Parts: sequence; structure tokens; C-alpha cells
Amino acid sequence: MSQTQLEPATALAELQETKPDKVTIVVLSGDMDRVMAAFIIATGAAAMGMEVTMFFTFWGLNAIRRKGSTSKAKDWLRRMFGILNKGGAETLPLSRFHFGGVGTRMMKRVMGENRMPGVPELMQTALDLGVRFIACTTTMGLMGISKETLIEGVDQLAGVSTYLAEARQGSVNLFI
Amino acid sequence: MIQSDVKLDTLGYFCPMPIIMTSKKIKELGLGQVLEVLSDDEGIKKDMPAWCQTTGHEMVGLEEEQNGGKPIFKAFVRRVK
Repeated sequence: MSQTQLEPATALAELQETKPDKVTIVVLSGDMDRVMAAFIIATGAAAMGMEVTMFFTFWGLNAIRRKGSTSKAKDWLRRMFGILNKGGAETLPLSRFHFGGVGTRMMKRVMGENRMPGVPELMQTALDLGVRFIACTTTMGLMGISKETLIEGVDQLAGVSTYLAEARQGSVNLFI
Repeated sequence: MIQSDVKLDTLGYFCPMPIIMTSKKIKELGLGQVLEVLSDDEGIKKDMPAWCQTTGHEMVGLEEEQNGGKPIFKAFVRRVK
């Protein structure tokens, strides 16, 4: 009679293989520095073998909007809002010292000189590492943002239940 | 001196790039081979052991050298799985 027994270390490794740690990040802010922090954590977690989902809502949606995209909403109020609220990962302002764009440009220059990746590069890295992007449908409707004006990498459009279903399985859940 | 099979230069890169580059590079190694990660980011001293602990790879060791007053770190990681 033969018996196969799993080594405890193997069993643990297999368990970790099949059930990786889950990380969820809600990105509400559209500030460059905050979005950068979100992407640094997301890419770092993905590199550590964790399963990462990012939920973009309110101003955070600007990070996953195509550059220069405007609102196609029918009412003038939301259309106007779409013009004022610019999208695109390249155009996010700093939360402090933006100074009408001068401060943000200077910060980007310093980052470039120090070989620090910016939001667009970090976002591409996140997509390459398999981080999932989910856009919040409620705020998309509110702000007149249509599906077509979002970047291609957006995995799905969803609401709070999807977030909670993911978050309750997550060992790290962040709100930025 | 720890022997390595493959070297990875991450000099000049800040967090999280050294870890991301490591996670991509380690896949090119055979099981049991050792990757040497060169970095001048002080954070690597804590980050690389943490990365190993989470991913299951083995942290073989860390060497610190001075290069004109600036520390350079060499982290050695063995691919386990």
C-alpha cells in the first residue's frame, strides 16, 4: 500500500499559488501625487505576486480617461463640466504647489531627472503586471464620462457591490 | 562573496522599480539559480527580504559597498519556484 503525503512546505506553497493575496485600491483622488502613490502600491503588490484591483471613482476617473477627451453628455451642465474637468494621466495636477501648472511641470522635470516613472509609465506598468482597472459607473454618469473616452485597459464598469465583493476577500484595502 | 548566476542593474531607480524589475527578471532564471540585484536605493534592504517572504523566493544575502561615499547594495535572491 502506498501513501502520498504532501510536505507541509509544499502544501503551503501550493495554497499560496492557488489563493494569492488580494489587494483593492479605491482611487477617488485625481491629484497626481495621490494617484502616483496608488499606482506605486498597485505595481509593488503585483510584483509581489498579489492580485490587485483598482476602482476609479470621481476625480480618480481622470487618470483612466483618454487625454483631451470631452463629455458627450446631452445636457449643457455636464458638457461644461467635462470641458473644465480635464482627463488624461499626463494632465493630473499636484495636490499642492500646482501653481496653474508651473509647479506640476517642475515636479515632473525633477522626477524625470531622477529616473522616477510618472503616472502614465506607472499605469502602463500596472497593466503589464495584470492589475485590473474598474471604473465606477455612477460617477461616470454623474460627470458625463462615456465608456469610449476611457483608456483601453479598463477591465470593467461596475458599482459598489463589485468593489465590496472584491474587498471582503482582500487582505489590503486602500482608499486614496 | 556570494556567487550569482545572473545580474540585474537597477542603479538610479527608485521604489517600486527595483522590485518590479526583479519580479520580471527572476522568471528568466532556472530553479535554484541566484539573481544579483544591484541598487542604490536604501529601501532595498527591507524591501527585497519582504518581497522574498511574500513571493516565496529565497533571500540569500545582502552586501553593502561604498562607492565614493554613496552606498550600493547587492541583494542576492534564489529562484525557488
